[in-house]
Amino acid sequence: MKALVWVEHDAGAIKDATLSAVTAAAKLGQVDLLVAGSGVADVAAAAAAIGGVSAVLAADDAAYAHALPENVAGLAVALMADYDAFLAPATANGKNIAPRVAALLDVMQVSDILSVEGPDTFTRSIYAGAAVATVRSSDAKRVITVRASAFAKAPASGGAAEVKTVSGPGDQGLSRFVGADIARSDRPELASAKVVVSGGRALGSAEAFHSVIDPLADKLGAAVGASRAAVDAGYVPNDYQVGQTGKIVAPELYIAIGISGAIQHLAGMKDAQTIVAINSDPEAPIFGVADFGLVGDLFEIVPQLTAKL
Amino acid sequence: MKVLVPVKRVIDYNIRPRVKADGSGVDLQNVKMSMNPFDEIAVEEAVRLREKGAVKEVIAVSIGPAKAQDTLRTALAMGADRAILIVTDAEVEPLAVAKLLKAVADEEQPDLYILGKQAIDDDSNQTGQMLAALLGRPQGTFASAVAVVGDRVEVTREVDGGLETVSLALPAVITADLRLNEPRYASLPNIMKARSKPLAQKTPADYGVDIAPRLAVLNVAEPPPRPPGVVLDSVDALAAKLKELGIVA
Repeated sequence: MKALVWVEHDAGAIKDATLSAVTAAAKLGQVDLLVAGSGVADVAAAAAAIGGVSAVLAADDAAYAHALPENVAGLAVALMADYDAFLAPATANGKNIAPRVAALLDVMQVSDILSVEGPDTFTRSIYAGAAVATVRSSDAKRVITVRASAFAKAPASGGAAEVKTVSGPGDQGLSRFVGADIARSDRPELASAKVVVSGGRALGSAEAFHSVIDPLADKLGAAVGASRAAVDAGYVPNDYQVGQTGKIVAPELYIAIGISGAIQHLAGMKDAQTIVAINSDPEAPIFGVADFGLVGDLFEIVPQLTAKL
Repeated sequence: MKVLVPVKRVIDYNIRPRVKADGSGVDLQNVKMSMNPFDEIAVEEAVRLREKGAVKEVIAVSIGPAKAQDTLRTALAMGADRAILIVTDAEVEPLAVAKLLKAVADEEQPDLYILGKQAIDDDSNQTGQMLAALLGRPQGTFASAVAVVGDRVEVTREVDGGLETVSLALPAVITADLRLNEPRYASLPNIMKARSKPLAQKTPADYGVDIAPRLAVLNVAEPPPRPPGVVLDSVDALAAKLKELGIVA
C-alpha cells in the first residue's frame, strides 16, 4: 500500500503531530509526504530527513499557503490517483483538510485513529472516550486522521528521501486567508508536551490562574492547559482547552488543579502516564483517574508544591 | 438569504454512555437524547443572523429516527422557520449525511450552511467539510465568530495556538465551535409556536442517496481502566512522588 501523509508546517518548521502520522502511515506501507505551501523548499528538505519516508512531494504555490482546505484538498485529490491512503494529523488543520479530501474521493474517513490493526482496520475513540470502536473500511482508498498522542513520533532526522516538485489545480477562488492571531509562547506545545499543568474553574479568575498555575508550569518546563470551564470563564484563551473538543494530550505527567473531571475533560487527558489531581472536593471525578490525589485548598497546596520542587 | 442548519439527535451531553456487553455498540435504550450541543450553537447563530436581518429563512434538517422530530421541534422553538426530517433507523455515516444534505441543498439552494463542528457521539468531525467538498463551496470550520460582508462571509476560526480569519465566497459552509455563541433556551410560548411550524418528512430514497455504511464496526469496548490511585496526605508526599517519577529534580 502507498500512503501519502499531509505535512503540517508553519512555513518554517514541521509540526510534531506530523511525525506521529508518519508512524501510523508506515504501518500501512510505503510513506510519501506532501509538503504544500508558499516558499516550502526548507520544509520539504526537513521532511525528506524524516525517517522511513520514500519521497517528498513539494507543491510550492501561494494558493497552498495557510493550509486553505479548498486549495490543498484539490491538490491532494489530484495526487491521490497514485496512492491508496491519505493521512493527516488530527490537528485543527488536519481535521479541516482530510474530510474534504475524503468526500472528493468518495471515501468515508476514519477520524482520529488510536491504532492500526490491519490494512483496513483501525481503532478510534467515540463518545468522548467512553468507548473505543474497532472499524474496518470497505472503501477502495483510505482517508485517515491520526491522534498524535497515540503514536510514537517518527525520527525527524536520518532519512534521505527524494524531493519531487508537484503542482495541482492551484487557487479554487473560493476562500482567502485574512489574518491570524497566534499566541507566541516559550512553553512547549500543549499537544506534545512531556508535562502539562492544567487549571480549572476553581482558580476563580485569570489573575489567580496565572499566579498559581504559571510558576508550577515554569518549574516543571510544562505546557499549560485548562478545563472548558476555565476557558469559558475567560481565564485563558480557547486553545488551552484540554478535552473531547479541545486538545487531546498524553504527557508523561498531567497535573489537574481545581478541575472536577467531567467526562469531556477526561477524554482529553486520561491517557497521560501519570495523573496528579489537586482538588478541594474529595468526591470529584478527577480522583477516579488520578494516580496521586491531594485534597485541599489549591491556593495553599500549589505554591507550597512549587516551592518544594 | 437562506440558511440550512443540520441538527443531530444524540445522547444527552450529561449522560455517561454505557458500552453494551456484546461489544456491538453503546446502549441507547431508555437514555435521554438531546440535540448535539454544537448543533444548538449552529441553530443559535443562524437565528441571530436572521434577527440581524442578514438572513430571511432558517431551515433545520435532521437525518435519523422518527424521534428526531423532537430535535427539530427544539430547533423550531429556538427560531428556525421550518424543518425537514429524513427518516431512517439506520446508522448514517458522515459521508452519507453529507450526500443527503447536498441533495437537500440542490432543492433548497441555501446561501449559507451552519453545522456543529462535531457530533458528541461518533466524534467524527467530518460532515461540514464533506458537505462543502460535495457542494464545491468553501468551508469555515471551528468558527468562533461569523460576519456576513456583502457576498462573502468572514469566519474567525479556532486553530491550534490561537485564532485565524478567512473570507469565504457565498454560498459557504460554516461549522460552529463552542465559543461562537451561547444558545438560548426556548421559551414556553416559542415551544408552543414550534408545534405548528412546518416539518416535512422524507426518506433517503426520496433523494436517491445510498446510505450503506462504508465502515463496519467490528467491536465497541470500554477503554482499559486506569489502575486505582492513591490519595496522599501532604504536599511533601506529593513532591516526593513527583521526584520519584524522575521528571523533576
